[in-house]
Amino acid sequence: MSDKIHLDRAHLHQQYRQMLRIRRFEAKCVELYQAQQIRGFLHLYDGEEAIAVGVMAALEPRDAVLATYREHGQALARGVPMRSLMAEMLGKREGCCLGRGGSMHLFDRERRFYGGNAIVGGGLPLAVGIAMADKQLRPGAVTACFFGEGAVGEGAFHESMNLAQLWQLPLLFVCENNLYAMGVPLEDSEAETQIWRKAQAYRMAAEQVDGMEPVQMEAAARRAVARIRAGQGPVFLEARTYRFRAHSMFDTQAYRTRDEIEDWKQRDPIERLRAWMQANHQLNDDEAAAIDAEVLAEIDDAVAFAEAGTLEAVEDLERFVLMDEVVQEALR
Amino acid sequence: MSAAALKMTYREACKQAIRDALLADPRCFVMGEDVGKYGGCYAVTKGLLEEFGPERIRDTPLAENGFTGAGVGAALAGLRPIVEIMTCNFSLLALDQIMNNAATIPHMSGGQFAVPLVIRMATGGGRQLAAQHSHSLEGWYAHIPGLKVLVPATVEDARFMLAAAMADPNPVLIFEHVVLYNAEGELDPAVTAVDITHAKLRRPGRDVSLVTYGNSLPKCLAAAETLAADGVEAEVIDLRVLRPLDMTTIAGSLSHTRRVVIVDEGWKSGSISAEIAARLAEDALYELDAPVVRVCSREVPVPYAAQMEDAALPQVAAIVAAARRLVRP
Repeated sequence: MSDKIHLDRAHLHQQYRQMLRIRRFEAKCVELYQAQQIRGFLHLYDGEEAIAVGVMAALEPRDAVLATYREHGQALARGVPMRSLMAEMLGKREGCCLGRGGSMHLFDRERRFYGGNAIVGGGLPLAVGIAMADKQLRPGAVTACFFGEGAVGEGAFHESMNLAQLWQLPLLFVCENNLYAMGVPLEDSEAETQIWRKAQAYRMAAEQVDGMEPVQMEAAARRAVARIRAGQGPVFLEARTYRFRAHSMFDTQAYRTRDEIEDWKQRDPIERLRAWMQANHQLNDDEAAAIDAEVLAEIDDAVAFAEAGTLEAVEDLERFVLMDEVVQEALR
Repeated sequence: MSAAALKMTYREACKQAIRDALLADPRCFVMGEDVGKYGGCYAVTKGLLEEFGPERIRDTPLAENGFTGAGVGAALAGLRPIVEIMTCNFSLLALDQIMNNAATIPHMSGGQFAVPLVIRMATGGGRQLAAQHSHSLEGWYAHIPGLKVLVPATVEDARFMLAAAMADPNPVLIFEHVVLYNAEGELDPAVTAVDITHAKLRRPGRDVSLVTYGNSLPKCLAAAETLAADGVEAEVIDLRVLRPLDMTTIAGSLSHTRRVVIVDEGWKSGSISAEIAARLAEDALYELDAPVVRVCSREVPVPYAAQMEDAALPQVAAIVAAARRLVRP
């Protein structure tokens, strides 16, 4: 895969389609949550789509991905089938984790998607270890680890930065800086608000990117991944972004103003890409309508699949607490 | 035991076990604080850096959560790490990775990912290392579904439990007692492997069962000697594995002794001894002719001064007294 973006029509449409899939998936999740078909915590990705979609475009199947509890977007962009994601949301056996993980713990072995982690910063040490294994077992593979700016307050972040750089691991750190750790503004929680500089303090190659700008985001990811694949050590990207929705479904957003949210919505990455493509004759009205229809159809299909899904038998509750059975099956 | 029995310290047995694991599998590596150039805080890995090189005997920064999590990640992605945590007190800095990732990901992912990871750590008191280096936390870890918890008390187990742990597809924690590192024992050349599923009878007896593990095993064996001089035949059961607990072996012993003293270096409240007592109450109450008795550490941070430390930990005299009270009330 090239480190340069080819801004051809098909690729632009693909990126646009991927962002739209995420936006519409999240909207459907809200609907299903309000209908009480989805329960528990639900953290939505609206506004941040360009980051997951841009980074995934730079990755290959051999690469590994780790994300946070706000990871529907990464899972979709990585290619985890929407059907299995929606079934997981509904707690069905056909879900990617049999319905055991739910929204915050999406895993997909086949796509090297190592979760979904509901402990802030919890995925970073795992990413270090996966990159260690890949360096030995799958040379050339890259591990991409997503986390929010809230994670940089955690010791796990600093320990992982140091280990990755010290051991020159093939690891891409993607900090999705949406400016609020739940309700605490960045400037109230960090002495250094230029997050990428923290990586620089570990002598790591680091860059700040406009996470609302799909083409720039993808370009930065491709540069970073090329450098990592070339064996030049880890790279850190700070993607400046904003979540359009509340932190979760139980958030009155008292910590930010309507005006601020509206200002950021003017920079909507999906609208922005569409407007740019239309202005540059890369997307006509028929194509836009066709993509829209495709995405809506995929969502409807995923919901129908999930609703028709089955429930894991409670007799299997203790299955996979220990993995002996799985390993024996694999040997058989 | 055959004439060719080999004498070895517990420390040397731990080292030979690690060396075997490294020789057996190129995916195996050791990672932890001072495991390389220093040779291990308790000298367990001394010499291995020279033999296997810095990629496989990997010194880490002082970042327990970071490198333990890296061990979990490496296991998820196909390596077979042995993570060393210098003392179990430091493992609390890594508890997030052990509990929230290693122990949960296999189940939470619907069985997609195994975590074949071994974490070794030093545990226990008795060397005047005071409150932050002397605790026994293995009982805490035994609370967590998804983990296996091993407590080798003999040179044989120190020598061979690791191989069984490496062959296990689950995260396995091995607690090596600091007082035992210098203990010497003889290895039967006929034994080349041990299981990590069963408790083991270490001394047969008919009057009372002493159920224990770790450095309390030699204390219980010494207590049994003293009791024997007094005409009381104590049976000594070495738990060996705290999770999963082998209650069958314990119940088998009780079926003829009908009395039990549980000796545990952990604090009594919420301990593994409490768990065993509860299970006996649930499942074997009518096998017992007397209440369950426990000898545990006193509920204090372990102090430095020798007389205070001795008073805090289970001692032979207390075990003897407890057994006598049970047998001849």
